[in-house]
Amino acid sequence: MTMSTMKSQFNLQKGAIINGKWHHKQYRIEKELGAGANGVVYLATYLEQLVALKISENGYTVTSEVNVLKSFTKVQGSTLGPSLLDVDDWQFSSSTMYSFYVMEYIHGPDLHSFIKQKGEAWIPVLMLQLLSDLEELHKAGWVFGDLKPENLIVTGRAPRIRCIDVGGTTLKGRAIKEFTEFYDRGYWGLGSRKAEPTYDLFSSAMVFIHCAYPSRFSKDGRGLEQLMDRVKKHKILKTYEGVLIPALQGRFKTAEDMRQALLACSYKQNRPKGTGVSPPSRQPSRKTKGKPNGKTGAIVLILFIGCIYFFYLYSQMV
Amino acid sequence: MKTGTLKQILLITDGCSNVGEDPIAMSALAKEQGVSVNVIGVMENDVIDEKGMQEIESIALSGGGVSQVVYARQLSHTVQMVTRQAMTQTLQGVVNRELTQILGNKQTIEDLPPEQRGEVMEVVDELGETVEMEVLILVDTSASMKHKLPTVKEALFDLSLSLNARMGKNKFSLFVFPGKKNDVEKLLDWTPKLESLTSVFAKLSTGGITPTGPALREAITYFEKKRSLRNLISRNDDEYYEESI
Repeated sequence: MTMSTMKSQFNLQKGAIINGKWHHKQYRIEKELGAGANGVVYLATYLEQLVALKISENGYTVTSEVNVLKSFTKVQGSTLGPSLLDVDDWQFSSSTMYSFYVMEYIHGPDLHSFIKQKGEAWIPVLMLQLLSDLEELHKAGWVFGDLKPENLIVTGRAPRIRCIDVGGTTLKGRAIKEFTEFYDRGYWGLGSRKAEPTYDLFSSAMVFIHCAYPSRFSKDGRGLEQLMDRVKKHKILKTYEGVLIPALQGRFKTAEDMRQALLACSYKQNRPKGTGVSPPSRQPSRKTKGKPNGKTGAIVLILFIGCIYFFYLYSQMV
Repeated sequence: MKTGTLKQILLITDGCSNVGEDPIAMSALAKEQGVSVNVIGVMENDVIDEKGMQEIESIALSGGGVSQVVYARQLSHTVQMVTRQAMTQTLQGVVNRELTQILGNKQTIEDLPPEQRGEVMEVVDELGETVEMEVLILVDTSASMKHKLPTVKEALFDLSLSLNARMGKNKFSLFVFPGKKNDVEKLLDWTPKLESLTSVFAKLSTGGITPTGPALREAITYFEKKRSLRNLISRNDDEYYEESI
């Protein structure tokens, strides 16, 4: 098997028909949505409905990803991955057969395009959503693995973050199946490639950092120090330093812990008149501003009452 | 299923062999002895010539392994991916043969309905996690490879990081060719961690010849003889031997 030739294997045009060998469903190709090392994803229609269809030369990849998607449906209320609709084979010619699976089509811009469009205020919101989904996934015994902006789609009128590629999703305790260097703690020398919740939390922090630095940067050998520099040098990232750095160090045990820390940070961030003023310096300034006001008010009142009393006494005397 | 040891040779080179036996034949020999051969071709900025490319693909093909040609900077990611992919491929082969045993003539996983494949895949995944691996790394140190060696070293650290995240045990050893006196020289004996390789690359002498074939032939003899891929599934050992003869 030569991997370099894998990408160009499928070149299905609009209108091509894919027939399922086992379940006899018919899909019509609309367009290509994306291609990776493990296959191509197409937008297709089935009975007038839009679906996403992933087809691969490697039947094992399909089976493996279907296994993950199936177990997702067992996770109560999980919206992290797309829901699985069908698995089948396509008899391409008498000698070649390709496996494919069909899933819900999640429509929307990817994380970066969304933030570019709607503004950076969305970064923490979407991260909070992602972390609650990760919490559910981890509780169910899985680790997502290949978290990256390209795999994250923001969808719906009430924007919600969703993951579209579950190829890296691994059972807890095993070795991560698939990863991308920039988001991989092993690459940065900050941990193992064992599937643990902390692995996903590291990647989440890197996704966050990548939102602020649109172009990925390479390691310079300093490990954590380099990443901390990047966090501290960026206005928005610096605000979330208290979340990002512990996440990079693997100090949050669960996604929920990280979510709580992020919530606390955004709360501080959103207090009125909060922009640019740090809370500790704001507190005393309000005191000094408030007290003299009260004092002068009291003095004026006392003088005023004193005057009236004086005039009353004066008028009594006269 | 009880797992045995999976044996791989990982050949890292940037071009064609020019001395000694045909490396493709040596690779086929390795396969016969239960050792799969993976090849990674390292490019600089230019493309490897057609002949080199073909040799890389053919070695992997006859060695039952995986090959890929990449730029030096992609080396880390590729080395671990190729090794894991080859591992899965071998295990799939083993599980498929086992299935043939159970299901009868020429039935493979593709003949099962998609619903039942999931369970078989679980077995492959499980094996991939727990199988013990012996990876012999064979690095071409001919003159043109010299300045790529730091990248190679980094890629090997990365490989050890990836494989050591599994539950199964790993053993690595490192050989370079051409060696100082012989075609191939051992730099690192079997060890569970590649981190011990920090300084070994420094003392390399880089020569002009590329004896890929002889190096492969030598490399095969360094694997321990006692266990082979055939023992990977011990449950139905006897039947399995019958089938494979």
